[in-house]
Amino acid sequence: MSITLVDLVRGDPSPVFVNVGVRDFGESLRDAGYEVVFVDWSPPAGGDARLAALLDDLL
Amino acid sequence: MLVARRIASEPGIRDASAVMATEANRKALAGMGYGDDGHDQDFAAAGPNDLVLAIEGETAAIDSVIARADCYFARGSGPAAGVDVAPEPRSIAQALAERPDCSVAVISVPGEHAAREARAALAAGLHVFIFSSNVSVEDERALKSEARDCGLVVMGPDCGTAYLGGAGIGFANAVRRGPIGIVAASGTGMQEFASLVHRAGSGISSGIGTGSRDLTDAIGGVSTMAGLDALEADPSTRVIALVSKPAGVATTDALAQRIARCAKPVVACLLGADSGDSDALRSVSSIDEAVCSALRAVGANEPAFLQIDERRMRERAQSETEKMHPQQHYVRGLFAGGTLCYQAQAIFRRARLRVYSNSPLLGMPELADPCVSRDSAFVDMGAETFVHGRPHPMIDATERRLRLGQEGSDPSVGVILLDFILGAIASPDPTGDLLDRIREVRDAARASGRHLCVAASVCGTEDDRQSLQRQVRALEDAGVLVFASSAQAAIFAREAALLLARGGGCA
Repeated sequence: MSITLVDLVRGDPSPVFVNVGVRDFGESLRDAGYEVVFVDWSPPAGGDARLAALLDDLL
Repeated sequence: MLVARRIASEPGIRDASAVMATEANRKALAGMGYGDDGHDQDFAAAGPNDLVLAIEGETAAIDSVIARADCYFARGSGPAAGVDVAPEPRSIAQALAERPDCSVAVISVPGEHAAREARAALAAGLHVFIFSSNVSVEDERALKSEARDCGLVVMGPDCGTAYLGGAGIGFANAVRRGPIGIVAASGTGMQEFASLVHRAGSGISSGIGTGSRDLTDAIGGVSTMAGLDALEADPSTRVIALVSKPAGVATTDALAQRIARCAKPVVACLLGADSGDSDALRSVSSIDEAVCSALRAVGANEPAFLQIDERRMRERAQSETEKMHPQQHYVRGLFAGGTLCYQAQAIFRRARLRVYSNSPLLGMPELADPCVSRDSAFVDMGAETFVHGRPHPMIDATERRLRLGQEGSDPSVGVILLDFILGAIASPDPTGDLLDRIREVRDAARASGRHLCVAASVCGTEDDRQSLQRQVRALEDAGVLVFASSAQAAIFAREAALLLARGGGCA
C-alpha cells in the first residue's frame, strides 16, 4: 500500500526519497535530515531514448 | 562558473567567462566585443559542443592563463583512496529493493529520459517530483493520469520546488512550518510566496508543485486537484494559496467548481489573469497580494513591508529617471525566476505598457530572438533556450552575466531589473555572482554620460544559507535599488518605464 499524498503532507511517516539525476537534490534533503537513496543513473541504451523504450517493451 | 571564477581571480585578469559556444552565448559574447572581428578562426568555427574561454585582461596575464589552461579544470579531491564505498543502485527498482519504504522519487535527469524514470517510479508506488523540463505534453498527461489512478501525484515536469510536511524539495527556502498551504505551478512562485509568508512571521504547512503546464486544458489540472484534495484534508492547513499562470478555459471551470466546494478558503493568484476573465474564479493580481490575503485568512497581520506606497514608488522612479540621458528609454529585466518574469509582465500590462519577452504573457509581444532584446523586454533566463544542457541561472550565473553585459552596454536602456533567488541548491552567493558585472556596466554607462539604474529583489529568508540580509546589503553597497519583493521591484520599474516613455530622461 503506497503512502498517500495526505500522509506526506502531514509528514507522517517521514518521507524517504529516491534521487535520480543531479545529486544536489538528494544531498540537500539528506543535509536536512531526510533519508535518501541515490540512484547511480546513466542514460539507458547508451542515451538512445527510442531504443530504451523498445527495450522496456521487451522486458 | 567555477573555472571562470578561478581564471578571473588571477592577477591582471579583469573578467572571464567559460561557456559553451551555443548560438545564444556567441551572440552575447559578440555583444561584449569578443570575437566580433572575425579574425579568431577558432571562435568562428566553435559549435555548441565546444567550450569558449572569454578572458579580458592584460596580454601577459591572458597568455599565462592560456599556457596553464588545464589546471583551471582540475577537479576537487574525491573520496580518499582505499575507502570502501558501497555501490549505489542503478535503477529505481534496485533502490526499492534496498529500501522498500521509499515514498518519493526526485527526478532531474535530462528531459528526454525523465518520463521513463517517472513511469518506473509510479510502477513502484512512489510519488514523483520531476525537475526536468523538455518532457512532452503527451507523456505528462499519461503520467499524471496513471498517478491519479494509483492514488499518487506527479509534481512536474518543470517543477522547481515542493514542501512535503517539513521537507523542502528542490529549490526550497528555509521557511517555518505554519497554517498556510500552497499549490503552485512552478518553482519561483512558490519560493517567493513561502519566503514572504515566513518574513511576515507566519509559515507553510506544505507546498505541492504541479509543473508549469498542469492547468492547461491539455493536462486538466490533475496535480493541482490532487494538491487541493491533500491540503483540504490536512488538519494543519487552514488556508490554501494557488499560484500559477491562468488556467485553460475548460480547466478554469473545473478549478472554480473545485475551489467553490473546498472546505477551506482558497486564495487564487493566477498571474496574468485579468479581473473579469472569469466570473467564477476570482484571482488576486500579485504574489504579494496572495500573501496578504492568506495572512488575513489565518488572522495574521499584514506586514508593513508588503504595503506598497505608490507615491513613494513614483518619487523614487522620478529621482532615477531624471538623471538619465534622453536616449535612455527602456527597461530590461533579466529573470532567474520564470514566474517572477511573468508577474512583472502582468504588472506592466495593467499599466498598458508593452514589454517584449521570450516567455510572453497573453497580449505581450514575443522576442523574435530570445538572445537579443528590443525596446522594453523581460527575459526568462531559465527558459529552455538558455538551459538546454546547461545549469539553471539560479545555480550558475554565467549566462546572466553575459546578458547583463549585453543589456548594460545598450545606450537605450535606463533600468535593469533583476531577481536573486536564495535557498537550497541555488548558488551559494547569487548576488556575488553578478556584483562585479553590475558595477562594470554602471561604471561604463557613467563614463559615457548615462545613468544606469539597477533595481532588484531577493527571494529568500534570513534562515537560508545565503542569508537574505547579507545578500541585500551586498546589492545596496553596489548601488542597486533593492525592493522587498519581486512585485515591488516590478512596480518601481513600471513607474520608471512610464516616466521614460514620457521622455523622463533629461540629463
